[in-house]
Amino acid sequence: MRPFEYERAGDASAAVEAVASGSAMYLAGGTNLVDLMKLGVETPERLVDVSHLPHDRIEETSAGGLRIGATARNSDVAAHPAVRERYPLLARALLSGASGQLRNVATAAGNLLQRTRCPYFQDVSKPCNKRRPGSGCPAREGEHRNLAVLGHSEACVATHPSDMAVALAAIGAEVLVTGPAGDRAIPMPGLHRLPGDEPQRDTVLEPGELITALEIEPLAPALAAGSTYGKVRDRASFSFAVVSVAAAVEVADGTVRDCRIALGAVAHGPWRAWRAEESLRGAPATAASFAAAADAELAQAQPLRDNAFKVPLARNLLTTTLAELCEEVA
Amino acid sequence: MRLSINGRAHDVGVEPHELLVDTLRDRLGLTGTKQACGMGDCGACTVRLDDETVYSCLVLTAECDEHRIQTIEGVADGDDLDPVQQAFIDADAMQCGFCTPGQIMSMRALLDEVPDPDEEALVRGMSGNLCRCGAYANLVPAIAQVAR
Repeated sequence: MRPFEYERAGDASAAVEAVASGSAMYLAGGTNLVDLMKLGVETPERLVDVSHLPHDRIEETSAGGLRIGATARNSDVAAHPAVRERYPLLARALLSGASGQLRNVATAAGNLLQRTRCPYFQDVSKPCNKRRPGSGCPAREGEHRNLAVLGHSEACVATHPSDMAVALAAIGAEVLVTGPAGDRAIPMPGLHRLPGDEPQRDTVLEPGELITALEIEPLAPALAAGSTYGKVRDRASFSFAVVSVAAAVEVADGTVRDCRIALGAVAHGPWRAWRAEESLRGAPATAASFAAAADAELAQAQPLRDNAFKVPLARNLLTTTLAELCEEVA
Repeated sequence: MRLSINGRAHDVGVEPHELLVDTLRDRLGLTGTKQACGMGDCGACTVRLDDETVYSCLVLTAECDEHRIQTIEGVADGDDLDPVQQAFIDADAMQCGFCTPGQIMSMRALLDEVPDPDEEALVRGMSGNLCRCGAYANLVPAIAQVAR
């Protein structure tokens, strides 16, 4: 690993100042950053440790939602009684990711900001438009079995690996940030962007901006009761998703009153399935409606040579997840 | 900086980019903690930081001054093995033994949190530790010996 300087930020504004002024990066849990530094993908001259800042609390918001501090550990978020009770899909998403050792260290904000596991991004001997803009994308014609089928571009076909982000995209949340130009709130979905011709930018964050908290919208109890996170992966644990879905449905008298759906591991960020939701809302809770909803969303898919299987896989995962949820609720 | 390891204070000078696994093994001679993948994938380097298991290959030593560190060397009470260590011997829950220190750290932490884990809890609690010999099957009788 290339040597760097290490400093501990006294408060958020000192951290922002330190990172905005040069080749420095924020360090929180480090489970992805240290990894990338070992690979030579990231080569900061200085790390500004923000893990000691008082941003680790989980609190109620006045709107009836939850505010999760940016440095709250993934294991603590997943185990929090309010998360388990009111946002079971979020707890499931967190527990389906990584391993205990990683969840004990990894933070909420770090989870959202982790980088793609595209093999070309992680290999500094290869071209990659995300790592070295303009150098090309070997994944498009190369190893892309696990990469994007939705929203990709000529320049980049990477997927975002976070499970938590998929649950948050379905529920709805605001990402609170502070930066050189002041404070702002970024809606989820909306933190992550599609690659377009700037794949080096994973998110809409500006240089030096620091996430301080995530404010999760309240989720109606009926939706929470009919919610889950489903994940298909190559082995049963400690593995990234091939396709995942966060879903919440409210059914009354055989009709879907409301729903929230997001897909994971299919695009450059969590993919809120607006078209599937629109198709499903007000429809009878039947297999035919679930299939129509999945088709409405996946009609825009543009699979690559070796990942076309992800489209029917996503369709099957979504339809079976919805069927199981509606059975449970009924 | 001062590190608290297995209940003892150690004063060490460390580089900013030094990883905890390297401080433990190369500066302090605590070579029970193993390094295999070095990428947070295998669990051989598992230690406990304030009771929680972490991969010491991904933790910067510079971050550890306010935490209690426990390594495999701190699990036994003098010459008396921890019941988990004894169970690994009795159940033959290893083959080559390289991943075993990490496995023991994870199983001890799991039992401290869930004294009587079912198989699902066992699988979840141990899934961050890989064994290239594939000696997973005997983890089940090992944990059964210690669980209450």
